[in-house]
Amino acid sequence: MTTTSTAPRQTVKPPAARRSFVERWLAIIFLAPTLLGMALFTFLPIIGSLVLAFFRWDIISAPQFVGLDNFASLAQDPTVRVSFLNTIVFVAVAVILQLGIALSLASMLQARMPSWLRVFLRSTFFFPLVLSAASVSIFMRYMFNEQFGVVNWLLSLIGIPAVPWLTSPVASAAVVVLVYVWQNFGFSFLLFLGALSNIPKELHEAANLDGATGWKQFSYVTLPLISPTVLVASVMAIISALQVFDQPYVLTNGGPGDSTRTAVMVIFESAFQQLEFGEASAIGLVLTVLILAVTALQFRLSRRFVFYQ
Amino acid sequence: MSSQTLQTRTSEHTVSTTGTPATRKPHRNSRLPAAGTIGRYAALAVAAALTLGPVLWTLSTSLRTPSESFNLPPSFLPLNPDFTAYQEVFRQINVGLLVLNSALVTGLIALGQMASATLAGYAFARLDFRGKKAIFSLVLATMMVPVQVTIVPVFMLIRGMGLSDTLLALILPAIPTAFGTFLMRQYFLGLPNDFAEAAALDGAGPWRIFRSVYVPLAVPGMAIVGILAFNFHWNEFFRPLILTISEQNFTLPLGLVTLQGNLGTGSISVVLAGVILSMLPALVVFIFGQRTLREGLTAGASK
Repeated sequence: MTTTSTAPRQTVKPPAARRSFVERWLAIIFLAPTLLGMALFTFLPIIGSLVLAFFRWDIISAPQFVGLDNFASLAQDPTVRVSFLNTIVFVAVAVILQLGIALSLASMLQARMPSWLRVFLRSTFFFPLVLSAASVSIFMRYMFNEQFGVVNWLLSLIGIPAVPWLTSPVASAAVVVLVYVWQNFGFSFLLFLGALSNIPKELHEAANLDGATGWKQFSYVTLPLISPTVLVASVMAIISALQVFDQPYVLTNGGPGDSTRTAVMVIFESAFQQLEFGEASAIGLVLTVLILAVTALQFRLSRRFVFYQ
Repeated sequence: MSSQTLQTRTSEHTVSTTGTPATRKPHRNSRLPAAGTIGRYAALAVAAALTLGPVLWTLSTSLRTPSESFNLPPSFLPLNPDFTAYQEVFRQINVGLLVLNSALVTGLIALGQMASATLAGYAFARLDFRGKKAIFSLVLATMMVPVQVTIVPVFMLIRGMGLSDTLLALILPAIPTAFGTFLMRQYFLGLPNDFAEAAALDGAGPWRIFRSVYVPLAVPGMAIVGILAFNFHWNEFFRPLILTISEQNFTLPLGLVTLQGNLGTGSISVVLAGVILSMLPALVVFIFGQRTLREGLTAGASK
């Protein structure tokens, strides 16, 4: 932009123009690794997925154009339907639990307490986040074992008979939710903690003086002030819950029956176990559309319910 | 859970405001803890126990002998530790190779992300070029695409490149990072412009300004990108499950899940010893880089 205004003035390139020339080349070189990498490993695969969804391909024989057959067959496939239903129920339950627990704990931590205790609790609730979901599922699978698991042992202490955690449809779905929430509530907790500590103290004091305490203060003062964070936290929680894979894969491998099979597990199985790469791509596209739709819906809702300062 | 919080809040505030109606500020330092305070501490204690309990159980069970590791009652504190399980896990699987693979993959991804994100972030923050906004939006848009959707074509691409069943198959696709680029752009935008002007007056060109002025200042930002990459890829399970085939290329989480599959419920403590070993690097990051990790994790939300 500066080049055009200064160029006609003299034949020798002024330093500013030379600098912007160098800068442009530098920008190209600096962006090259990221942009080339993304072109190769993100954009090309997205196009590949879109194209592949209309083909039948097992890698071995030549791909065969089948139109919308993949989408038609996944709509009829009971396993795919159950898996999407499972995923949606899982997202609803897990996200509500995750956000509820995170918000309760974050607001409890706002009260007066020794600072070492606050640091300790913050670290504790955040700790599961640094573990691998696969490792967590490994030890949780032992803990929820029906015969020798520590969970049933604890329940037996208060007289509850052994629950078949990993072998009954409802209980195994509950275990997947619990293990997922155990590991992930810390992320929402951190977001809420940041938002709550940004609320000026005077606002709570003013609300106290006006007689707005407890639930009233929470719903009329605190919640509106942190509503942008609630929105962001729920979008992030929903998007990551829609992609759940590690926990059900390790804990139950989708069973018993299809009761804990999720959308991503079906992508994995149809591609890498049944070699139905076209159908796997079609399922992937449906999942992406679902993710985009949820995000769009939440931002639409946010215009009505979120209060930006 | 949430109704309990609200109850505790209610009682605390009613006690403190009605107790001292005359003073302007309700003083909360009364000697007797209110019922609400006790309830709140009880709830926090239960939450902390439920969070730490499983980890403590894992640690202390890994320190029981393999034969008694599934005996009840369970142990939560390793009172007389036994290290047989740790010797046994090294015999069952090639722990050294798993650790080496995980360290190579994670380390190279972290370095690659730090370098590429620093370069790209700097270009977006401080260099002038046409189409900057559009390209940046395109980069951000890739964050919306889940890895599960691109994995099938990536798998084929890797095959086509002749990289299937190599560690490079895990490393290369993970290096371009939209989130890291976003973080580094934010970081460079937060640094003052004066340094660049002063350096330019001294005759430094755009490269010198980047290399000698801004890169040293951006080290904390690069640390955030590196730690996030480390935490994510050390624990990654989905991509290694698909992109590696032979056991010599397995990373730790994959090796441990395979070990659990092989051993079943035979000797829990052996598998758990492996789990504890795999947690150690994460624990180091947690102890020394917790603040950086927290900043990085919440950076995406506070935009």
